[in-house]
Order: sequence, then structure tokens, then C-alpha cells
Amino acid sequence: MSARVLVGVKRVIDYAVKIRVKPDRTGVVTDGVKHSMNPFCEIAVEEAVKLKEKKLVKEVVAVSCGPQQVQETIRTALAMGADRGIHVEVSGKDYETLGPLQVSKILAALAKKEQADLIILGKQAIDDDCNQTGQMTAALLDWPQRSPEDGTFASEVNIEADKLKVVREIDGGLETIKINLPAVVTADLRLNTPRYATLPNIMKAKKKKIANVKPADLGVDVSSRLEVLKVDEPPQRQAGVKVETVHDLVGKLKEAGRI
Amino acid sequence: MNLNKLFGLSRSVSLGRNVFAPRVAQKGDCLHHFQSRRFIRSSARSLTYAKDLFLGKVNKAEVFPFPEISKEELEELNQLVQPVEKFFNEDVDSKKIDHEAVIPPETLNGLKELGLFGIQVPEEYGGLGLSNTMYARLGEITSLDGAIAVTLAAHQAIGLKGILIAGNDSQKAKYLPRLATGEHIAAFCLTEPGSGSDAASIQTRATLTEDGKHFLLNGTKFWISNGGWADIMTVFARTEVVDKDSQKKDKITAFIVERAFGGVTSGKPEDKLGIRGSNTCEITFEDTKVPIENVIGEVGGGFKVAMNILNNGRFSMGSAGAGMIKRLIELTSEYASTRKQFNRSLSEFGMIQDKFATMALNAFVMESMAYLTAGMMDRPGVPDCSLEAAMVKVFSSEGSWICVSEALQVLGGLGFTKNYPYERYLRDCRILQIFEGTNEILRMYIALTGMQYAGKILTGKIKYMKKGNVGVVFEILGKKLKDSVVKTVDFGLTGKDGVVHPSLTTIVEEQLVLKKVADVLINLYAMTAVLSRTSRSVSIGLRNHDHEVLLTNTFCKDAHFKNNFLLTQLQKNSPENNDANIKKIAQEVIAKRAYVCSHPLDRTF
Repeated sequence: MSARVLVGVKRVIDYAVKIRVKPDRTGVVTDGVKHSMNPFCEIAVEEAVKLKEKKLVKEVVAVSCGPQQVQETIRTALAMGADRGIHVEVSGKDYETLGPLQVSKILAALAKKEQADLIILGKQAIDDDCNQTGQMTAALLDWPQRSPEDGTFASEVNIEADKLKVVREIDGGLETIKINLPAVVTADLRLNTPRYATLPNIMKAKKKKIANVKPADLGVDVSSRLEVLKVDEPPQRQAGVKVETVHDLVGKLKEAGRI
Repeated sequence: MNLNKLFGLSRSVSLGRNVFAPRVAQKGDCLHHFQSRRFIRSSARSLTYAKDLFLGKVNKAEVFPFPEISKEELEELNQLVQPVEKFFNEDVDSKKIDHEAVIPPETLNGLKELGLFGIQVPEEYGGLGLSNTMYARLGEITSLDGAIAVTLAAHQAIGLKGILIAGNDSQKAKYLPRLATGEHIAAFCLTEPGSGSDAASIQTRATLTEDGKHFLLNGTKFWISNGGWADIMTVFARTEVVDKDSQKKDKITAFIVERAFGGVTSGKPEDKLGIRGSNTCEITFEDTKVPIENVIGEVGGGFKVAMNILNNGRFSMGSAGAGMIKRLIELTSEYASTRKQFNRSLSEFGMIQDKFATMALNAFVMESMAYLTAGMMDRPGVPDCSLEAAMVKVFSSEGSWICVSEALQVLGGLGFTKNYPYERYLRDCRILQIFEGTNEILRMYIALTGMQYAGKILTGKIKYMKKGNVGVVFEILGKKLKDSVVKTVDFGLTGKDGVVHPSLTTIVEEQLVLKKVADVLINLYAMTAVLSRTSRSVSIGLRNHDHEVLLTNTFCKDAHFKNNFLLTQLQKNSPENNDANIKKIAQEVIAKRAYVCSHPLDRTF
């Protein structure tokens, strides 16, 4: 199988960090805060590397969009088993407003440029929880002689005879579908357990290449059509009130104007 | 930058300078010799920062600026740290390990796969080939579980270190690859039931076979970490050596012994207070056949190998302790900020704040000392940092014990229960003052090595070493103290004609004196480390350097006054010195083998 897989990895604030809103309420504090690879992206990388180990794909390419620091995230993907990386340089204001639409345009352009047969992405990022990039990328890609398809929320991925076999979670249970390649797959939590980037692999990954690319080189305009007006913390949880009888409950609800 | 802070820093530096600045106040032959000798030696010798402190000289060039690693190395290090932290936070159940007194195989495998068994083994033998600095950094994370930290340290900081630093190429090629992956585990076998601190008195014997191709090893080793699992052991035994005078002597030799050689039995694991997951047991060798190719270094050169191995690994205790204290600060501050008594959170009370300051200061000093030492050791050449490493070990082991105790105290009764990790940290911490050279021995080592060095330098006449020149050392130190504290200091150690105070001829016996000397030196080195680190932080504008300046000033002020008191006690007939009484009390108690006094309620009629 000579398939090439593109895996998107996003650098986000580490899941264990206590998020604080900036005093000017334009966003959250990111300076000096611990960052790591989005957990869903880790699962995506793991899946891609697993496919490579099963010899179903030939090359795994890790991609990330952002400033210099995202190279760390790409290196982690390389340490987990990706073969090479692509760093799409986006910094400053552009990076702050970078959203799913721009990223999916970038990924689509890269998929064409690199002649990828499969794109695996995390279902969503833990910072914005958009859950849009996968779907948008698939929609944007225009592969001749193949209707653009996507398999979302996969819990098992396999390649059988030039088709992608995907087991998906749906409300009612599990659904097994076969889709034509090339395709986009988005990974959910239960797809796999990502491996640790072992220290020897991190050392080996130093020799793997990361290419630098600008969005302009790919013909993508990263300007945003969205403007963040303000960012606030969720309201503090108020203490609840205990009532003795149903009568009291109805009374309280009426007081609060709820009924 | 705030002018006040500038003053603060310069004040601390000038405080330090007063004690440090070498004055050419000494007249006469001695100093002349000392000057010229120094010049010649300084170009040939390896790093001797701490040793020169005994001469009152601060080799600023060796400790300023604070050692740095390149940006690439730092990025690499941060990358390496991430998966290890993740593993320890998610896949290590310290409570279970402590309770069951065993590290589960899955955890051990995880550690092996991460590559943590071969951190300093060179890459060509399958290890990570990391520097001492990087090893210290990883030590900050592995110390989160005491049993794992000790298992890993026993394996690589001492177990296989002998092969690494003193082994020949074929020994390295044969053993290191499987040790690096953790397929084989290593252990360091020096201590015996009758020989703990007195390592040179070991009785295990290795006799050459008739055909001269093997040594037969016989003896028992005790307190061996990883003893139950180790496949490869570095064993020290007495061998008969014919020296150049054709005299037969018993000298210690280091051997690489495989369990597979046969005759190796491990006793049952010791039931310990702390680090319970680490396997500690007795190992007996009965006619174990060791091929002569497995001698590390030379036959008869084993003691030196042992000392080099031990001296090499000590510095990492600083970063390990700091890592643990930093974690404790996070846990306790969370509690202190939320727990309320008398309608105020605990963190508002002065005595609680005192504990947090203690923890912050100790962590700060420990990591500064550890990374300064590691940085010095990573310099090219063969720097001898055994003195500095010993100082780091003494300070860190005692600092950790105090800080864990204080952290537990913040939690009060809760801290005393097994529901919280504090009691486990406390138990795990206690061993730090005991193993890797007890703090008592290390203080002797620090004081004596330093004085021996100073003595050699000062006159170059070794036979006078124990007599007059140690006195000169004290005099120089005394003069400096006088210049800074403006009072006459007479250590009463040298008279008019250089005649010596009787106690110095047997300075080795004066442990209480040596203890104070060692404490002074440890404080001096600690001060150097924090000054160096903070100077760098300030000059490059590192985040939160203001806080570092605060910590540095606080610590240096404290340490300076402690040192003053210690040196005051060392003066002749000093009223502050209780040593003579202490000895007398001890003698009387030990003679009676019991508490001596009559019961307070006893009557005479």
C-alpha cells in the first residue's frame, strides 16, 4: 500500500492547567502556561502510526499551523512515529484569529500538494471545542472521480482492499461503513490509547525533517471573518437551596419566575 | 529594574564579598609559597572550586556565570520531560507501590520503554547519552515516587556506572546495551554486614583460580538495592595483590558479576520504613566464578573505582529533592489557601507562611546547587566535583527532611494519615541522610579533603599538613572574618613561632570541629550557587527573577549569620562552644549504657 497519511496536530493549553481569563477579557492567559498536543490529535497520530505499523500506509506526515512553538508539537508526533513534519507558519494576530475554516483550507491545500490519500484529524480541540475542521476539510477537498466522503467519530479504522473501513459511534450503537479513499477521518476518544513518546524515540526524531511553509505559499488567505468580542469566565456556581415539600418547590420556582 | 532590588542584590554580593575576598594580609614565607604554587597548579589541575574555598579564595570564573545549556538542548530536554511527567502523573500508583512494597511489572516495563534505564549510557550502546544536567532534570520527575527513583538510581547512578566510567571497551560493548534497555538490571555491591561507612574494611574475598583465568568470589553483601532482581552486579572484594616491594597485600578489586555465573543467592527483601517498593536485600556469593576479563580497572584499584562511582552520582539528590518539594508546595498551598480556621485561611497565618518560605528557599537552594554542580561536571576535561557533590547531598538530604515535615505539619492531622501522600514522602525521605554515604561521613569528607588540599597548597610539604598549615587556613579565614565583622578573631591555633594548638595534630579525631567546618563550607557553596543562578536570571531577564533576588538575599543573610556563629564557636576558648561538654556527656552516658541521672523524685534520706 503506498498510501500517504496527513495528520493534523494542534498545540493547545495542557488539559491539566487551570485556565484564567486575561484581565482585558480578549482571551485566556497563554504566556508561560504549559502547552501540549491536543489529546484528540494524539489519538489521531496514534492511529496513523498504527496503520503504518500494519503496513497499510507508507508514510505519515504530521502538520501543524502556528508560530515557532508548534514545532514542539510536531516533534512529539515525530517521536510517536510520524515520518516527517510540516510547519505552516502563522503568527501574531493571524494566529490569534486562526480558526477551523482557515485551517481546513490549509489542510486541503497541503493534501493536494503532498498527494495524501488519507487525512486523520482529532475530532475537536480542547481549547475551542469547535469540532469543524474535519468536516470542513473534507468538504473543501475536490478529488476527481471520487465523491468527497468523510467518516466522522471513528472508533476503529482499517484499510481493506483500497477502501477505508470505519467503525463509527452513533447514538444507537456502532456502525460499520466502508468509504472510498481518499478520505478524511476524525478520531474520537475511544479509538485508541496513544503511546508515550519514549525518550529514545524523541532522540531519534531529532533526525526527522520538518518543512516550513507559509499559508501564502499554499494560496490560502488566513484572514478571519470572525471577531471575538469578549471572553468571560463561566458564572460561579451558586449554592443550591433545599426544600422540604413539593409545595415549597413550586413556590420557589414561581418566585424565580421559572413557571 | 527597581533600584531597591539592585541594592538588595549588591548588598548580598558585598556581604558575600566581605567573607570571600582574598586579602593579602598574611606576611611571610607561607603566603609567598602559596601564591607561586597556586599559579603553577591552576593551569594543570581540574576544577577545584569548593576546595579553594578552604583557602578563602572564590574562583569566580568557575561558578559565574551559572552553567547554561544551548537552546536546542533545552528544547530537547523539555521534550524529554513531557512523556516522563505524563507517565508519573498517570501511570504510577505510588500509594499502591508503597503499600504492597513492590513496583508492578507494568510500571517497570513502562519505565524501560520510556528509556529511563539508560539515561547516561552513550547512544552507541543503546542509551540516551544524556549529560549530568539532563540527568538531574529527569531526576526531578522520577523523585515523585521514591521507590522508583531509588530503583533507577541504584541501577544506573551506581549499578552500571562502574562499567561506564572505568570499564574497558569490550566490557562496555558486552554489558551496556542490555543494561540500557532495562533487559538486565544492575546493582552496586559494596556494603557488608560488618562494613557500612567503613567501606575499606570489606571481607568478601576473590581468589584467583589455579589456571589464573577466574576469580572465585566468596562473601556476603548487605543492603543491596535491586539485589533481588539484578542480573549484573558491580561487586567489590578483597584480592591478594603483590605490590612493587614484592609484598603481598590485600587490596579491593571491582568485578562485574553476572547472576548467571552461579553461586549467587539473594535473601528476602528487607521490610523498610520508606522506599518500600525498592528491593533491598542480602546477596551471598559462594564460589562464584568470575572471569578475569570482568575486573573493572585494575586488580587492587577497586576502592578508587568505588569512590569515583559514588562521588559521581551524588549531585542529583539536589534536583530530586527540589522536584519533590516543588510538588509539595503545590499540594500544600492549595490546602492552606482553602482551609479556614478562626475565619481566616491558613495561608494568612505567620507560622504557616514561615513553612512555605522554608520550602521555597530549600527548593531554590537545592536546585541551584544541583545544577551548578551538574553544569561544572559537564564541562570538558575531567572535573573533580566530588566535594561539591558531597555538599549538595548533605544539604539536600537534610533540607528535604525538614521541608517534608513542615509540609505535613501544614496539613495537621490530615497530613498524618495515609489518605494523603505526606507521610509516605516523609518515610521515603528519611533514607536520604543515610545512604550514598551517611551525612556524618560526608561532613568528615568535606572538611578533611578541603583542609588536606589547603594544607598541600599552603606549604607543599605534606608532612606538615596536619600541623601548622591547617592552622594557617583557620587564620586566613579568621582574618577575613575580622575584616568583615570588625572584631579580633583568634582561633588560637598558631602561636608566635607557628607552634600549633595541640588539637590539630589529631584533627581527624575532632569530629565536632570538622562538623562545623563542613557546615560553614556547605553554606558557602550554597550561597555561591544561589548568587550565581540569580545573577544570571537577572541579567537575562528571566521570568520572576525578582522573586529569585528575594530568595537569594534571604538565604544568604541567614547563611552568613549562621556561618559567623559557627566560626565563632571554632575560636579558641570560645564561650559559644559547648563541644567539650557534649563529649563529656556522651562519654558518661555510653559508659553507663543508659541515662545517667538519678530519678528526679529520688531522695537521699
